[in-house]
Amino acid sequence: MDIFNSSQDSLVSVHNLTFSRGEKKIFDDISLEFERGKITAIMGPSGTGKTTLLKIIGGQLFPNRGNVIVNGRNVHNLKRDELYTLRRRMGMLFQSGALLTDMTVFDNVAYPLREHSHLPESMIRSLVLMKLEAVGLRGARDLMPNELSGGMARRVALARAIALDPMMIMYDEPFTGQDPISMGALVLLIKSLNTTLNLTSIIVSHDVHETAAIADYIYVLSEGKVVGQGTPQEIQQSSSEWVQQFMNGAADGPVHFHYPAKEYMDDLLHSEKPLFSRHRPSNDRTAKRRRYS
Amino acid sequence: MMDFFRYLGAGTRKSFTKLGRASYFLISILTGIGSVLVRPRLLLKQLHSVGVLSFLIITISGLFVGMVLGLQGFYILSRFGAEETLGVMVAASLVRELGPVVSALLFAGRAGSALTAEIGLMKATEQLSGMEMMAIDPIKRIVSPRFLAGFLSMPLLAALFSAVGIIGGQIVGSGLLGVDDGAYWSQMRANLDFQGDIINGIIKSVVFGFVTSWIALFEGYDAIPTAEGVSRATTRTVVNSAFSILGLDFILTALMFGDN
Ligand SMILES: Nc1ncnc2c1ncn2[C@@H]1O[C@H](COP(=O)(O)OP(=O)(O)OP(=O)(O)O)[C@@H](O)[C@H]1O
Ligand SMILES: [Mg+2]
Repeated sequence: MDIFNSSQDSLVSVHNLTFSRGEKKIFDDISLEFERGKITAIMGPSGTGKTTLLKIIGGQLFPNRGNVIVNGRNVHNLKRDELYTLRRRMGMLFQSGALLTDMTVFDNVAYPLREHSHLPESMIRSLVLMKLEAVGLRGARDLMPNELSGGMARRVALARAIALDPMMIMYDEPFTGQDPISMGALVLLIKSLNTTLNLTSIIVSHDVHETAAIADYIYVLSEGKVVGQGTPQEIQQSSSEWVQQFMNGAADGPVHFHYPAKEYMDDLLHSEKPLFSRHRPSNDRTAKRRRYS
Repeated sequence: MMDFFRYLGAGTRKSFTKLGRASYFLISILTGIGSVLVRPRLLLKQLHSVGVLSFLIITISGLFVGMVLGLQGFYILSRFGAEETLGVMVAASLVRELGPVVSALLFAGRAGSALTAEIGLMKATEQLSGMEMMAIDPIKRIVSPRFLAGFLSMPLLAALFSAVGIIGGQIVGSGLLGVDDGAYWSQMRANLDFQGDIINGIIKSVVFGFVTSWIALFEGYDAIPTAEGVSRATTRTVVNSAFSILGLDFILTALMFGDN
């Protein structure tokens, strides 16, 4: 697929992306397309780099090779001001919520509006209340972020992400930590944002069923490669072992539950002692951040 | 042996790249100051938490340092029968040295460490990334106001320290030890040099404020975004600030007072 063609119906195109963290190759020459007005899901085991991919698309991390085109512009070639202008139209919902802890829920949602628009305060107030109402937290407007549960914080973050009426939103694990009721409401909200505002959505999620229910297209990533892609039906019927394992949640299969390591018995039997323990290898942060979820 | 040199080399390279990052960071902070000036509320809030909240520790410490200076000065000066000059001694020590240096050390411990921890935690909880993705520059909105607040507060805090210290010296000197009250003040007024003592003291505290705020904010911004990383960065702020303050104090003193 060439750039010209893809940028017509795609809002975001990732071409031949390669990205490494130290020695570890996170992405190895992957290409993805995110169509305008559609919901595209990215799925894959924990630690494959889904969050990393969103940060690359948002221009916070730089790829080693390849490029990312958002709305016809190469994100990583933009000047700082141009990138910031583009970002105003890209909403991002962080995995952790990333709310500013020194202001109330209301002020958090109002923050991008106050920074980027010259709307009068009364208008901002109505907009904020509308967004909070959409995520079911209008009553929580005076709480501080530390008084929210994880799931509530993420919904406030969603309200903040849609405050500027962006052309696209990247959701990093929007369903994690939601009870079945708010989960259902969120799924509906994401779907309706998509249809009513014609928003392009990128959803990173582990929740196979919820995601399959609303996504128009799904990419399954594993170990730096796209191991499967297609509509939810196609994915469900995929013959790929990788995809089947992921969709069915089998612990055993080509995708490993374990972070790459040497043989278990080897590790247990031999202790290792570096010569200079203060000279920390550059990827030891990686080891600390490993998560099993 | 080779490993040792390699270790040394890697260490040196690391310090230099860190210095490079710190310089680049400083340039971004300084270019962000313009946007702080159009939003005075951001600055006022930081002046409160960086400056005003340091008042108490500065006042109390200044009082005690001044009182100790009064005691020590009295015992030495009275041996030469020169108790009347106690005021000059106390004031000169405070204005030239102890005011700027001790208040900067206290400032690094009280406000600098807090700044590092705050910025580091904001980084660890992705608040800074979050702002970037909202197209809001965290340097302009978060870092520059704090820098400006630290830079502006330091000379004022140093002046407060010296002023309270002089009063402390007077309390001990003339209140307890019987130095003539009028002599304490008039000697001070006659012998303290505006240019040589006061201005130089202010220059020192301006330099210390600049460096301490820079170190504190950079360490926070450069911290490894974990609980441990932030705690180490906080320690580094206090240690590096102390070294920089004392080292710079020597250099500045040599430059300012070297020829008289
Ligand atoms: N700051 C960092 N420094 C070094 N390595 C990192 C850093 N952040 C992430 N990594 C590594 O990059 C890889 C991808 O991380 P990422 O957070 O993108 O995973 P993810 O797919 O979002 O996982 P999860 O589903 O658990 O959120 C992981 O192996 C992780 O160890
Ligand atoms: Mg993630």
